[in-house]
Amino acid sequence: MSEIPTNVRYTSSHEWVRLEDDGTVTIGITDHAQDALGDIVFVELPEIDSELSQGAACCVVESVKAASDIYMPISGVVVDTNQVLVDEPEMINSSSYTDGWIFKIKPADEDDIEQLMDASSYEAECDDE
Amino acid sequence: MLIFEHSAKGRQTKIQAATGNKMPTDIPVELLREEAPGLPEVSEMQAVRHYTSLSQKNFSIDTHFYPLGSCTMKHNPRVCNSLAMLPGFLSRHPLAPDQNSQGFMACMYELQEMLCDVTGMAGFSLTPMAGAQGEFAGVAMIRAYHDANGDTERKEILVPDAAHGTNPATATMCGFTVKEIPTLPSGDVDVDALKAAVGPQTAGLMLTNPSTLGVFERQIEEIAKLVHDAGGLLYYDGANLNAILGKIRPGDMGFDVIHSNLHKTFSTPHGGGGPGSGAIGVAERLKPFMPLPVVAKTEFEKEGDGYRWLTEKDCPQSIGRMSAFMGNAGVLLRAYIYMRLLGAEGMRRVGEFATLNANYMMAQLKARGFEAAIPDRYASHEFIITLKKQAKELNVSAMDFAKRLLDLGYHAPTTYFPLLIPECLLIEPTESEAKEMLDGFVEALVQIQQEAEADPDMLHNAPYTMPVNRLDEVRAAKQLDLAWSAEKD
Repeated sequence: MSEIPTNVRYTSSHEWVRLEDDGTVTIGITDHAQDALGDIVFVELPEIDSELSQGAACCVVESVKAASDIYMPISGVVVDTNQVLVDEPEMINSSSYTDGWIFKIKPADEDDIEQLMDASSYEAECDDE
Repeated sequence: MLIFEHSAKGRQTKIQAATGNKMPTDIPVELLREEAPGLPEVSEMQAVRHYTSLSQKNFSIDTHFYPLGSCTMKHNPRVCNSLAMLPGFLSRHPLAPDQNSQGFMACMYELQEMLCDVTGMAGFSLTPMAGAQGEFAGVAMIRAYHDANGDTERKEILVPDAAHGTNPATATMCGFTVKEIPTLPSGDVDVDALKAAVGPQTAGLMLTNPSTLGVFERQIEEIAKLVHDAGGLLYYDGANLNAILGKIRPGDMGFDVIHSNLHKTFSTPHGGGGPGSGAIGVAERLKPFMPLPVVAKTEFEKEGDGYRWLTEKDCPQSIGRMSAFMGNAGVLLRAYIYMRLLGAEGMRRVGEFATLNANYMMAQLKARGFEAAIPDRYASHEFIITLKKQAKELNVSAMDFAKRLLDLGYHAPTTYFPLLIPECLLIEPTESEAKEMLDGFVEALVQIQQEAEADPDMLHNAPYTMPVNRLDEVRAAKQLDLAWSAEKD
């Protein structure tokens, strides 16, 4: 059973989203997603300062099985990316919710996060898959 | 073991022959290399044994059932090989004058004509060297067509999410942005989403029919109308042409440009990266843009009539050349011979038996408890089973099944593609196989299922009988440098 913490929100495309104290939002992919993708070998990070709207494909995670787009869970501007992933993309496999975060945005509207799924809805969706 | 590891200093192929002075005498001293080039030094017998032993490790269509979905690994009739290697073909120089190449050019001309006939297109160019290059040529023609019409605002190519990865890559290479169209659970394109996506920015739609989900796109006429009404063109990815060969034609479905993988549908040897042929067919309005050369025919009346290559002079709007000379001539010849052997009746039988074999296997596997990805529809020439239940309940993945199949004497089907279906095997038996082989493969999957239930760990480490066991895929993806060097790091 994959890990689904309750302190983050989720999308149906398997990104997780966490609102930080400084008002930025951290984004990564879920434990369920990393498990389905298998060993991750490359991450193409988004460009800092790019302004992207919800649903836009913003970076690529490549595993031994497939290359998959990561979609913007909510609209915003990219403010930081996890440079550790450049050399150690496998961090997403070992630590998807903490050290394996992918990028941070400044959200266009913080309240957008409320539209995303909570842990129990996401768990139900994973079970259906 | 590498050939270099057999090497011993001074050893030569002709070990018993008189040696004498081997230094060339007429090359200026300043041009002679100072150090030996670091080639392996082995006897002829060592070289023969080394490469024979490597060839025996091949897991190929000539040795094993090879149901690699979307790759159409059918039998390559030996007669195609023998005829394509007749001295008149084999010794022909590509720069020989047209009048000395009339036999070869007649074959190429007839191949163009037969391809037009069986696909319903108005013209064919044989020059692209592979499927992906055919795609590139096709989408480049779509671009050239819009540009020629001054229609320069069409910047988007629509691609269903079930498409081969080459489709979005091709569109991007041709300078378009890609818009993905979702697929319904039935395997059909989501036409409502397509309606919302088409518009004056649409350059075209790239579609594979039957799709990579192994089902026929039933709304193709409506889709063609939607795209055409918006001013876009329709591109047919011919990867799955084997399913409909001789039965229906892409041209009749409304496609404006198609590529046909001659190395799949028309049975030229492939695997291991080539050589291939991605011949492309066009509707009337795209004919001026075809890549060159194309063979034209003038009825014989006077000296110089007959077959000739069309060049930029004849076709000023052509997108240009995709390859030196006329493409992979040997591959084209083999496809030509295959088509002549089959005739129209034979091609129909190819489509029919490819489809029958796939549906037979799908029915057998369903009856033995496997889950088909699209259970309510007939398969085309290929079908998908999903092992998501096995992954969840037994912790045995599609990759574990695939690796274990090698031990049981079968090449694995395509795994983890299409991406829409979790833990999937995409199985394409082709028309070549006998029922006994199809049954054997079903039994092998049933055996692996039993092994998965009894001892999942055993499957995690498969294969056991191959020259190499489970590969380190992470290392394979990250350390791409395979070059051998005499100087050790």
